Amino acid sequence: MIDYQFNFDVIWRNWDNFLGALGMGLGLAAASLTLGAILGLGLAAARISGKRWLDRPVWLYVELVRNTPLLLLIFFVYFGLPEIGIYVLDKYHSFILTLTLYAAAYMCEVFRAGLTSIPNGYLEAGKAIGLRPAQRARYVMLPMMFRITLPAMSNNFISLFKDTSLAAAIAVPELTFTARQVNANTFRVVEAWLTASILYLAAAYLIAWALRRVERRYAMIR
Amino acid sequence: MGDKGTFLYEIWVARGSLLSGAALTMQLSLAVIAIGSFIGCFGGLGLVYGPAPLRLAIRSVVEVLRGVPVLVLILFCYYGLALFSIDVTAPAAGVIALSGFCAAHMSETFRGAVASIPVGQTEAAKAIGMRFWQRLTYVILPQAARRMLPPWVNTGVEIVKGTTLLSIIGVVELLLSTQQAIARNYLIIQFYLAAALIYIIINFSVSQLGAWLERRFAYFRY
Repeated sequence: MIDYQFNFDVIWRNWDNFLGALGMGLGLAAASLTLGAILGLGLAAARISGKRWLDRPVWLYVELVRNTPLLLLIFFVYFGLPEIGIYVLDKYHSFILTLTLYAAAYMCEVFRAGLTSIPNGYLEAGKAIGLRPAQRARYVMLPMMFRITLPAMSNNFISLFKDTSLAAAIAVPELTFTARQVNANTFRVVEAWLTASILYLAAAYLIAWALRRVERRYAMIR
Repeated sequence: MGDKGTFLYEIWVARGSLLSGAALTMQLSLAVIAIGSFIGCFGGLGLVYGPAPLRLAIRSVVEVLRGVPVLVLILFCYYGLALFSIDVTAPAAGVIALSGFCAAHMSETFRGAVASIPVGQTEAAKAIGMRFWQRLTYVILPQAARRMLPPWVNTGVEIVKGTTLLSIIGVVELLLSTQQAIARNYLIIQFYLAAALIYIIINFSVSQLGAWLERRFAYFRY
C-alpha cells in the first residue's frame, strides 16, 4: 500500500535525546502542576470565602484563563512580559509560569467543587468539638477535599502533562520539539512521530497508573 | 484613528486580517466539531453495543487519540499523511487531527451518557416490544443527549482553543494572523490581549449556547 521503508536506526541513534526530552516534559509538568495546585488551592479558598471582593476577581481570572488558548498565553508571557520590563524569565521559566497560571485556573475549579461538596455536618461536627477555623480547614476540609477531588485531579494532571507539548512552540527542547527536529533532519517522518506518540502514551499511562494507585490508597470507602 | 504606531491605528489597519483569522478559526472549529461529533456518535455506539472485537478496536483507537497530545496528532497528520499517498493541505491535516481528537472525546462522552441511563429503561422498552433502533431513538438517546450536552460543550471550547495549534503548521487562523500583525507593528501586549478577547468572546458564546440548549431541553421547565 505504501511505498515507504521503515528505518528506526535514526530513532535509536537519537534515543538519548528522546528520553531526555521526555524527562524534560515530565519535569516541566511536575514543576508547573505542583505550583499550579498550590495556587489553585489558594484561589479555591478565595472562591468559597464568601467575600465578594475576593470571590469575583478570582471567578473572572478563572473564566478568562479557561477560555483563552494555552498557546496564546504561552506567547503572551514569553514575548509580552519583556515588553513591560520583565526580562528575568528564560524560556523554561516562562513556560513553567504560563502552565502554572493555566493549571491554577483548572485546579481552582476542581478544588472549589470538592470543597463545596463536603457535607455541612462535618464542618458542624468540627465546630462542635471546638476546632478553630484553621484547624477545621486543616483536619476536616483538606483531607476530605483531597479524597473527593483525586479522580478529577488525575484527569487534569494527565491533560496538563500533554500540554507540555506546546513548549515546542517557544523552542523548549521537549519531546515534540525533538521529534520535529529528527523529522526535519532525517526525513524519517513516521518513525519520529510514532516514537514521540508512543513515549507520550507510555508516560500518560504511567501517570494514570500511579495516580490510580494513590486513589485506591486514599479511597473514601475501603 | 489616531497616529501611526498607536494601538487604535494599528488595529484598524490590521482589522481585515484579524477578522478573517477569526472567521477561519470559527469555520475550522465548526467543521471539526461537526465531523468529530458525527464520528464520535458512531464510535460511542460501537463502544456500548458493538461486539467485543469492535469494542476493543474502538477502545484502542480512542485511548491512543486521547493519550497523545493534540499538537503531536496535528504534526503527525501534517507530515505523515503524505506517506500514505494522501495529499493534505495544512488546514485539512489540522481538521483531520482535531476531528480525531474530538471524535475520541465524543465517543467517551457518548458511552458514558448511554451507560448512565438506568437498565430499567431498556428493559421497559423491551417489555413493550420495541426493537433495538426504536429503543435507541425513543428511549435511550433522548435521555442520554441531555447528559451529553455539558461535556460536549466543554469539548467544543477545547476545540476552539485547539485550533490555535494549527498556527504552528502555518494555517493563518486568529493566532497566526495576530502574530503577523505583531511582526509588523511590535504592539505585542495589546495585540495578544485583543486576540485573547476575541477567543474569550467566541468561547463564551459557545458556553452560553450550551447553557441555553441545556435549559431548552431540561426535564423540568421552570
